[in-house]
Amino acid sequence: MSRPRVLAAFEPLVPIAPGARVALGIAFFVCFFALWGAATWGGWVKPLFLADPAKTFAAGWRLLVQFNFAGDIAITIGRVVGGFVIAAALAVPIGIAMGAFKPVEAFLEPFVSFARYLPASAFIPLLILWFGVDEKQKLAVIFIGAFFQIVLMIAVLIGETRRDLVEAAYTLGAGNRGIVFRVMLPNAAPQIAETLRLVLGWAWTYVIVAELIGAEAGIGHMIMDSQRFLDTGQMIFGIFLIGVIGLVTDLAFRAANRRLFPWQLGR
Amino acid sequence: MANVQIAAVERTFPGVRGGVPTRALEPIDITVADNDFVAILGPSGCGKSTLLRIVAGLDRPTAGRVAVDGVPVERPGADRGMVFQSYTLFPWLTVRENIGFGPRERGVGEAQRRAIADALMAKVGLAGFADHYPRMLSGGMQQRAALARALANDPKILLLDEPFGALDHQTRALMQELLLSVWEADRKTVLFVTHDIEEAVFMANRVLVMTARPGRIKSEVTVPLPHPRHWRMKTMPEFARLKEQLTEAIREETLRAAAMNV
Ligand SMILES: Nc1ncnc2c1ncn2[C@@H]1O[C@H](COP(=O)(O)OP(=O)(O)OP(=O)(O)O)[C@@H](O)[C@H]1O
Ligand SMILES: [Mg+2]
Repeated sequence: MSRPRVLAAFEPLVPIAPGARVALGIAFFVCFFALWGAATWGGWVKPLFLADPAKTFAAGWRLLVQFNFAGDIAITIGRVVGGFVIAAALAVPIGIAMGAFKPVEAFLEPFVSFARYLPASAFIPLLILWFGVDEKQKLAVIFIGAFFQIVLMIAVLIGETRRDLVEAAYTLGAGNRGIVFRVMLPNAAPQIAETLRLVLGWAWTYVIVAELIGAEAGIGHMIMDSQRFLDTGQMIFGIFLIGVIGLVTDLAFRAANRRLFPWQLGR
Repeated sequence: MANVQIAAVERTFPGVRGGVPTRALEPIDITVADNDFVAILGPSGCGKSTLLRIVAGLDRPTAGRVAVDGVPVERPGADRGMVFQSYTLFPWLTVRENIGFGPRERGVGEAQRRAIADALMAKVGLAGFADHYPRMLSGGMQQRAALARALANDPKILLLDEPFGALDHQTRALMQELLLSVWEADRKTVLFVTHDIEEAVFMANRVLVMTARPGRIKSEVTVPLPHPRHWRMKTMPEFARLKEQLTEAIREETLRAAAMNV
């Protein structure tokens, strides 16, 4: 059955060649920069509101070589990773226990569901009162934003384990420990990794908000400082950089998932 | 090895959303002797899977009791291996690791697990697929692997719930011979649920026919064919006679089940 190639490209779920995938992904960035350039160099937008690409990257270069922006980046990354790791290290076991054991779920679920809706950023003023504007406060914001979300999502993933797989494991002589650690956990592992990837993205939002409101260093602090000098180039570079870091971590997560979970259908 | 006593076992499922409860099994008595191969035939929905799950310890009877060698069944255990009606290989384990799952739970070491798995893979014709994941296997291959996985624990009792239901006729015939050869060599106690009459006659020493829901034992037919059995026995007049007798019994029940569900 030969079909025009363009039509074949729009058949649902038909995979595409890896080369074409990368090319298409890059193509969008090219379009993005082209539009940005056209809007700024073409005079559609005033430079005060939106710096052109060249000015933005020049500002970025200046930040990096003159103002030790790399230090700010390292501090922010440290906060995100630190807060996220603490939250995940506590939330994953609790989520697993909630998903596997119904009494634990009955005990914790109502509170966790409630706490999940408390906006992490609303805690910032309170946390500044408690901890000041130092690292503890930043970690606490990320922790509040990430912890409850991870607990709940992992509890759901573990609880969704196919019943027939659990039963098969029982008939093969598995005990309760075996069911949790050698059926439920490996079964949910890929989605758990996916959840962590998602929540890590949110952690970035919390840390930047915390840094905008009160911080001595960090990417958010730099963006706030730049606003004082109306330096849109620097501000945009800061935002842009967060996107780049996010993209890189995402790719790393995905590559790790492919290596760790070869049994999954390739996505 | 092991015998199974099913005594006055009945099962009623509570109604869904305040509806009427489903009576799946009327009181049932079955005694399966050591090394016996018993097939259970019955129309869809008559409670065959429910009965097997109760023997496995995965479900509890509303009344009555099941005992293995006189010991009441309380929970599932490695002494009763089961092959399920649906595909239940662990997707995150390779074929070899799937087969080694039971031994691993019992604390068998890596090298010995490998030996067990390799021997069973050769037996069920999956030798070249040790490192394949279940999603890379056809349905028939998955059920063969599931059978090997159940056998890896060397269970005294094998509970088989339409294990070959999804297979094409030829593969099915091969699997029947395979299972028969396993049974003839190792002499396990087998409870085999199927809706294929020919399969039941070919494999079993006794065939139990269940009624439409609520299921109970309608009749029992002894299969006097000698072992080892060869597929050519399927063409013998004796085989045809047994088949006809069972077809008659099943037909009645299937018609009743159909009338009930319209
Ligand atoms: N968990 C359950 N809750 C409620 N009803 C159930 C449950 N499991 C089974 N039943 C009911 O019990 C009856 C028997 O089901 P069962 O699965 O044992 O049938 P079966 O003989 O194995 O059928 P099939 O040949 O189609 O596999 C059915 O009417 C079914 O609806
Ligand atoms: Mg069934």
